[in-house]
Order: sequence, then C-alpha cells, then structure tokens
Amino acid sequence: MSTSTTPAPPGTQDPPAARAAPRRGRRTPARTGWRRALRRDWQLYSLAILPLLFFLVFRYLPMIGNVIAFRRFEPGGSIFGEEWVGLRYVQMFLDDPTFWQVFRNTLWIGGLTLLFCFPVPIVLALLLNEVRRRSLKRFVQSVSYLPHFLSIVIVAGITMQMLAGDGPVNHVLGRLGHEPIRFIQEPEWFRAIYVGSEIWQTAGWGTILYLAALTTIDEDLYEAARIDGANRWQQIWHVTLPGIRPTMVTLLILNIGTFMAVGFEKVLLLYNPLTYPTADVISTYVYRAGVESNSFSYAAAIGLFEAVIGLFLITSANQLSRRTVGTSLW
Amino acid sequence: MVKPSRSYRVFQGVNGVILTLVVLVTLYPFANILARSFSGERQIRAGEVALLPKGFNLTTYEIVFQDSMFWRNYGNTVLYTVVATAVAMVLTTCYAYVLSKKHLKGRGVLVGIAVFTMFFTGGLIPNYILVTSLGLKNSVWAIALPNAISVFNLLVMKAFFENLPAELEEAAQIDGLSTYGVLLRIVLPLSKAVVATMVLFYSVSFWNSWFSAFLYMDRTDLMPVTVYLRNLIQGATGGGNAGAGTEQLSQVGANIQSVTIVLTALPILCVYPFVQRYFVSGVMLGAVKG
Repeated sequence: MSTSTTPAPPGTQDPPAARAAPRRGRRTPARTGWRRALRRDWQLYSLAILPLLFFLVFRYLPMIGNVIAFRRFEPGGSIFGEEWVGLRYVQMFLDDPTFWQVFRNTLWIGGLTLLFCFPVPIVLALLLNEVRRRSLKRFVQSVSYLPHFLSIVIVAGITMQMLAGDGPVNHVLGRLGHEPIRFIQEPEWFRAIYVGSEIWQTAGWGTILYLAALTTIDEDLYEAARIDGANRWQQIWHVTLPGIRPTMVTLLILNIGTFMAVGFEKVLLLYNPLTYPTADVISTYVYRAGVESNSFSYAAAIGLFEAVIGLFLITSANQLSRRTVGTSLW
Repeated sequence: MVKPSRSYRVFQGVNGVILTLVVLVTLYPFANILARSFSGERQIRAGEVALLPKGFNLTTYEIVFQDSMFWRNYGNTVLYTVVATAVAMVLTTCYAYVLSKKHLKGRGVLVGIAVFTMFFTGGLIPNYILVTSLGLKNSVWAIALPNAISVFNLLVMKAFFENLPAELEEAAQIDGLSTYGVLLRIVLPLSKAVVATMVLFYSVSFWNSWFSAFLYMDRTDLMPVTVYLRNLIQGATGGGNAGAGTEQLSQVGANIQSVTIVLTALPILCVYPFVQRYFVSGVMLGAVKG
C-alpha cells in the first residue's frame, strides 16, 4: 500500500514493468509473483537464510527425528535409526509399571500446579490493583518479580536450604515442639515442595499480564456500576473479572498446553531416588532412560507420547474456549 | 471521589497486611541465605541464623574463592553467556527484520515456521542425538546454537520494527542504501531500546541456564557455575547420605551452598533494579502483539 502512494518507487525497478507484470502474469500468477518478489527482495530473503537454517536443523529436524521411536536406534548410527520396529517401543512402555507410575505423578503434579499456580497471580493482581499508593505498589511488584530472574538451580538451592534440617522451616517447627522433618527425603512432601516453590518463583511475574489487562478496563464501566448501586465486591465480580477474562483464558490454555511438561528441570534438581515414588515424572523418566541408560528409541517413544498429549490438550482447550467464551489463541 | 466506606477501609488494611506478607515471604529466603553465607558453622547447625549473620566470618567465602574450579566455571558462564547472546542477537535481529516487512511475499509462511515451534517441539531425545551427532558436545556451540532464537523474543522484536516509520527506510533506500545498509545504519540505531532489552533477555537466560551444559559437557572444567552449584546441591542431598557421621561435612556443604548461591545470583541481583522495567515492558509488548 505504501509503495503505491509514493510517486517514485525505488529506482532499480521501472514502473512500466511493474504495471505490465500483472497482465503478463495472469496465466501463472504465482510463479511470476515469486520471481518478482525474489528479484526485488532478495536481500531481505538472504537475511532469513541463517535463521531458517536454525529452525530447520534445531527445531524441525528433531521433530522428524522422533521417528526413532518406531525404529531401532544404534549409538553412532543414523539419527533416524536403523530399521522399522513398529510400535514395539510403545508396547514396551505401556507394559512398563514405572511408566504408569511416572504418568500418574505427572498428572498429579501437573494438576496441582494448575490448581494452585494459576489462580494465585490473579488474586495477587486484584489485590495490587487496589493499592492506591503508587510507590508502594511498585515496590511490592519489584520484590515479587525477583525470584523469576534467578536460575532454577538457585531456586532449587534456596528451596533445599529453607527445608534443610537446620533451615528456617524446621527451626519454626522446633519452636512449636515438633520433630524436624527431612522434607527433601520424604516422598509425601515432594508435591507440596514442588508446588510451593513454583508459586514462590512465578506468582509475582504472573501478575504482569493481569495488571496490564486491568489498566485497559474502561473507568466508565466502574462509574456505571457504582451508579447502579454496585458495591466494591460486585464491581470486581461484574466489571473487573469479565475485563480480564480474555487474559485469564489465554493463560489457562497455555497452562493446559504445558500441563504434561511439568517443570522438568525443577523436578530433576529437587528429586532424588528416595522421592522417586512421587517425584519422578514422564520427562525425568525419559531423561534417565534415554541419556543415562542409552535406550534412545524407548525414551523417544515416551517423549513423543508426552508431546502428542500436550498438543492434543492445547488444541482441545483452544477449541473449547473458542466455543464457550469466544477467546482463542488461533 | 466518594468517601471510602468503613468496610473498604478494613479491606485496605487487610490488603496491606497480605501484601506485606507476600513481600516478607519472597525476601526472607534471600536474607536467610545471605546471613548463612557469613555465619559460623556452629550457629547454622544450631538453627540460630535467621535474618542476620551469627558468628560472623568469611571462612566459607575464602574456601570458595580458593577453589580454582569455581573460578573456572564462573569464567565459563561469562564466556558462554557472551557467545550465545551474540549468536542469538544476530539471528533474531535478522529474522525479526525480515518478518517486519509486511509487503514481503511468503511472510506468513516465515512467521508460521517460527510460531509452530512454540506448540510442538522435537523432544529431549532427538535433540540430544542431533547435538551429539553434529559433534557439538563439549563446545560452547552446544549451548549457543540449539537456543539461538527464542520465538517470544523474535515476536517482540518484530513488533518493534513494525512500528518504526517506514518513510525513513524508503528515503534511505532512495539514497542508495541496500537492505543490509538500511538495517545496519538506519534501523538498528533507531532500535537501541529493543536491542538492549533483547540482549538483557538473552543474557539473563543464558546466565541462568544449566541444563544444556549439564547434558552436553562431559568435563567439569567446561561446566558453567550453575552446574557447579547443582553438583554441590546434589552432593549434599543425593542418595540420602545425611547420616549422623557425615553431619559435620554436610554442614560445611550447606554453608558452601549458601556462598555459591549468593555469588551466582550476584550479577543478576546487581543489575536487577535497573533492568526490571525493560523486562516488564518487553513482556507486555510481546503479549499484546504476539
């Protein structure tokens, strides 16, 4: 559009040719169009070559590489495996009791994370929104974002220090006359530790988008609600929450999409053989089976299974939300 | 304004208390770790250390400072962060600039190629085999190349480029600058804000990363400091070796962990107050435009 309004387009290309092209190109519009585009923008396309190579090699090739889930892989051999074995590896993990244990653990941890970590930022954003002193609000926000900027290794380290035998938590328990608990070694504590540290790390950062959404709500709506006699609570219920609903739904869809891929790195850092019964999730099992035990094809089959469920979850959540609330990612 | 009602004032008070608690809960672990790192072994073991160091000493810092492996790994982290950020910036800038040209034929496809990777990825095992068979193991490229473009950062940058005045670039083109010239001499100087933000995003994420190094580096002298810290943590807790006999040892370990946590987080904590708002605005831009 902008090129047609400028009287003198780039001198390299004469206007008659540009005008003639559509007439000539009527027979094969697509090909002629491409040839013109390439001639005019070849420098732009050349800038895209390296990035495209990156996507091809490091993103799409591994997707295709998943075929080793159905082929026998030999270390040092082709990355696509040596021969077809069909669903042998799928059958293997379906018969594997450890697989079902890690599957259950994944559902547990994923479900608990969704249940507790999704609503906390919303509540926190609503509370922050009610703070009238800007400096105070800014201070609370800055502090609550902080854990997000630290390495997950540091977060895991801090978590373990807090829960150590001589850590503050056990210190408080001691004051209350309770025996010290070895949190990190007890399987029944793992889920609580995981979800708790996840909230600690992500809650503040999660408020950003909600706070942004809150500022876009029309002040007039509150005015109208007040005139209609709505109290504060009713205003929140009938104006604020509907105002941030698109953001809520979008983030919910994204959370559901990553449901299966529960914080792999954090579990890997926090768990140990004693807590495997509750802590071992699909992705950590894939890591151990593949990288540590060299059963690449078997591990790839489980990884693919996990990814397919993830894709299924995100597309169905998207569909559902488009039908019910009219918000969707695509 | 309407005079605040009694119940609203009560709510404000409760709200203040809740938010104060949030701040305390967030900051307490940091304060505690910092206090421990300066405290004596005996006081830590007795669980006396809360907000302030007890039995102040710098012994543990000395122990960590004298560990040549720590310095080596710290240096590795700096090196990996610089190289990986540079690679990431070049690739992301190029692609974002291309995607920002609305007239470009095939632009939709180019965007789609990038965005699809946000929803479906190859998975750990194929990636591992790929990096291994490309011979990238034990080199900085194993960290830099597989993570060279973050699609989120790409979309933020693309949105910024789209908002630049198109007339300026057209004028430069008429004056005889090539596309490369326009990008280097016109667009990038105008984009200092977004370039600085992206450098921050990438460098913080590479500074914090540990898993690629953990996967692809075989020798401890190639590890970044995050993996050094990870090994300390695992060493202290792995396999439930917290028996009575090793108590003394694990206490020293716990203290060294605190010092290492402080030193690893230090650069981030130092720049945090200054860079935080860039992150926030970058995330909002990405969320609105992406």
